[in-house]
Amino acid sequence: MLHFQRWKLILAAVVVIAGFVYALPNLFPKSTMEEMPSWLPHKQVSLGLDLQGGAHLLYQLDEKDMVADWLNTIRGDVRETLRRGRIGYSDLTQDVADRSVSVKIRNAADMDKAESELRMLAIPVGGNVFGSLSGGSDLDIASGDDNRITLTVTEPGLAHRMTSAIQASIETIRRRVDAFGTTEPSIQREGRDRVLVQVPGISDVERLKTLIGETGKLEFKLVDPAADPVQAAATKQVPIGDELVYSSDTPPVPYVLKDQVLVNGENLVDAAPGFDSRTGEPVVTFRFDAAGAKRFAKVTQENVGLPFAIVLDNKVISAPVIREPILGGTGQISGNFTVQRANDLAVLLRSGALPAKLTVIEERTVGASLGADSVASGKKAALMGLALVMIFMFAAYGLFGLFANIALIINIALIFAVLSLLGATLTLPGIAGIVLTIGIAVDANVLINERIREEIRAGKSPYAAVDAGYSRALITIIDSNVTTLIAVLVLFWLGSGPVRGFAVTLTVGILASMFTAVTVTRLMVAYWLRWARPQLIPI
Amino acid sequence: MFTGIHFIPPDTKIDFVGLRTITWIVSALLTVVPLILVATIGLNMGIDFQGGTLIEIKTKESPANLSDIRGKITGLGLGEVQIQEFGAPDAVLIRIASQPTEQEQQASIAKIKSALGNEVEYRRTEIVGPTISSELIASGTIAVVVALMGILIYVWFRFEWQFAVAAIASLIHDVTGTIGLYALFQLEFNVSSIAALLTIIGYSLNDKVVIFDRIRENLRKYKRMPLVQLLDLSINETLARAVLTHVTTFLAMLPFLFFGGETIFGFALAMCFGIVIGAYSSIFVASPLQLILGVRREAWSSAPATTAKGRGPAAARA
Repeated sequence: MLHFQRWKLILAAVVVIAGFVYALPNLFPKSTMEEMPSWLPHKQVSLGLDLQGGAHLLYQLDEKDMVADWLNTIRGDVRETLRRGRIGYSDLTQDVADRSVSVKIRNAADMDKAESELRMLAIPVGGNVFGSLSGGSDLDIASGDDNRITLTVTEPGLAHRMTSAIQASIETIRRRVDAFGTTEPSIQREGRDRVLVQVPGISDVERLKTLIGETGKLEFKLVDPAADPVQAAATKQVPIGDELVYSSDTPPVPYVLKDQVLVNGENLVDAAPGFDSRTGEPVVTFRFDAAGAKRFAKVTQENVGLPFAIVLDNKVISAPVIREPILGGTGQISGNFTVQRANDLAVLLRSGALPAKLTVIEERTVGASLGADSVASGKKAALMGLALVMIFMFAAYGLFGLFANIALIINIALIFAVLSLLGATLTLPGIAGIVLTIGIAVDANVLINERIREEIRAGKSPYAAVDAGYSRALITIIDSNVTTLIAVLVLFWLGSGPVRGFAVTLTVGILASMFTAVTVTRLMVAYWLRWARPQLIPI
Repeated sequence: MFTGIHFIPPDTKIDFVGLRTITWIVSALLTVVPLILVATIGLNMGIDFQGGTLIEIKTKESPANLSDIRGKITGLGLGEVQIQEFGAPDAVLIRIASQPTEQEQQASIAKIKSALGNEVEYRRTEIVGPTISSELIASGTIAVVVALMGILIYVWFRFEWQFAVAAIASLIHDVTGTIGLYALFQLEFNVSSIAALLTIIGYSLNDKVVIFDRIRENLRKYKRMPLVQLLDLSINETLARAVLTHVTTFLAMLPFLFFGGETIFGFALAMCFGIVIGAYSSIFVASPLQLILGVRREAWSSAPATTAKGRGPAAARA
């Protein structure tokens, strides 16, 4: 056990040196590291949100909202399909709870034709196992008694829709968060219908939440000049084809709008904050794509002198009167904005609408000052713990304690090196995890040293005692560390954020401690034995 | 040359297993009393498991005027409100009960911020909605159960079923004991508490495996020694290691209790307690349980013989 092959020796030395080299950047502040030559390793352990401050927001996509929206589209498609096929129908309804749209075909003779026409609406989804098993389409079309055809959203269809909605949401959120200019925001899917947004170092969390939480659905609609909005608001009665929409002011002002959407946000190609050239108030200027510009030009030409409404998320932002046809495809929105609101609105319009409403279901925000306090106290406690352990180990084992202490330092360097290379995040529980690893790393050496003491007592020669000590303790070290790893892996699988950071440091620490205890201290002891040739082992 | 202090003399022979009539009672109390505490006083469930809003603020004046803050917040109609000093005289922790919907939950924070104004520094905000809190309870429970099952299987595989059962029983003892600590001191029980429990499970098991390893070794070595004596021998032989390891780990964790800051205090306290209760249960629960479960010595002592027999015919055939 005490004889080392040359390659093993070299490998161990390389690992230890690499450990120190890659751990080193963590000792310097980021600014110092940037001035260093580029061939040096630069990666540092990134601090978790609890240590550097920031926001952790978990959003859930409103499935009902999404399904309702989808059913609306399906209903439109059904209407369109049946009209195109000249099939008479009645009672076209949707049921959000059942996730279905159903329609009654007037003439029983048309049933087959209607069914085959409507079947065209179903889109095959995914290449996944579930999709192919269930026929692989997003809609289930069934005809029942009394000439009724029902289109039901299938499970795979819903899952597919959810996946694309989440992906679209992530893209939209990313564009909105990027507007804050913070470094390294992380936006990722969690589970089936959730998005986790983590933004380090952000201070104005309320603004971030407002910006992410708005759906951002922009619509241009005509105001119905014939209707009286005040009366409509009182009676809740509007003419057919009209709708009652309130403004975002306090108190809200009612408007009666034609429910047809003239142009919507999908036709926007750009939006920017600016100032009105005449009044100097903050506005948002926008530009339509070719199709949008054409439609907008046509509408404004036909309706000069009439007011139209700019509606965001079903709230009227402003309702200016069309003074002249707008042919260039550009325009501006004004609405008593503050500079910040104009800025945010431009971001919102540029980023596009969210596919469905998102609700915050978990929020954890840490201020930068608390984070800095946690780093300071964590560092202090960890260093004190390390010092206590090292003093105690030296008191308990003398020279062999010193070997264990050197191994401990190597162990800590290895942990930081691996964490830096993995790009892992260090959290406050993670610091505690490193400290716990110190305990576990020391345990391996304690096991070995106690074994050596026993072997010496049994009358073995120094060399044989050390040899037997290492080989016998090895089985115990592996068994005890594997069982600890089981618990820690469960922790990793369960946890999020700080808890997961703890699990990562502990896992890396346990693996590193097995290497340092089993290989590094053994090397040190072996070389010391060869060099000193002791008659007695000082242990 | 300095050879180190032998904290535990090598010839230590403490009759640990002989104390079992007393220690069974102690262990039973350590398992049952926490359950009674949880049933009567209850756990101080954090917002992770209960849902709700938590805000940590730092006031300009020190000490903070708690009654003033209380006055401003109780008028908001947010249900149950807890306001307490948190670690420092100018740090205040505000906890608000879960609101019926996620939207109201969100609104509660805005209400508090407008009530307190910009005079205070908002150090930490946590909102856990009803959806997440019920999920966290489920995943926390599953985690502890899965960890125990995984350990049961590994120890069973590496040792014998008696060892696995003894390990699990003593780990349950450690877990209930630690939960009792949370109930007794009304420490906040949250996701990091589950992390603490899992770490204690891992650490405590580490200790048990070391003793089991020695028991297994001694079962092979001393084929005729009575089991009580053999268990005592194994515990005593590993005692020096146990004491040294627990003291070092405890020393490493101790500064977190005093200097780690308020957010990690509960975790550090649970860990320190876990080290102690884990050390106790290795000696007084896991090992004497072998007596009751009746560990089969043939499994170990005859092992080399069967291998030899197994090899014989194969070798002959070859």
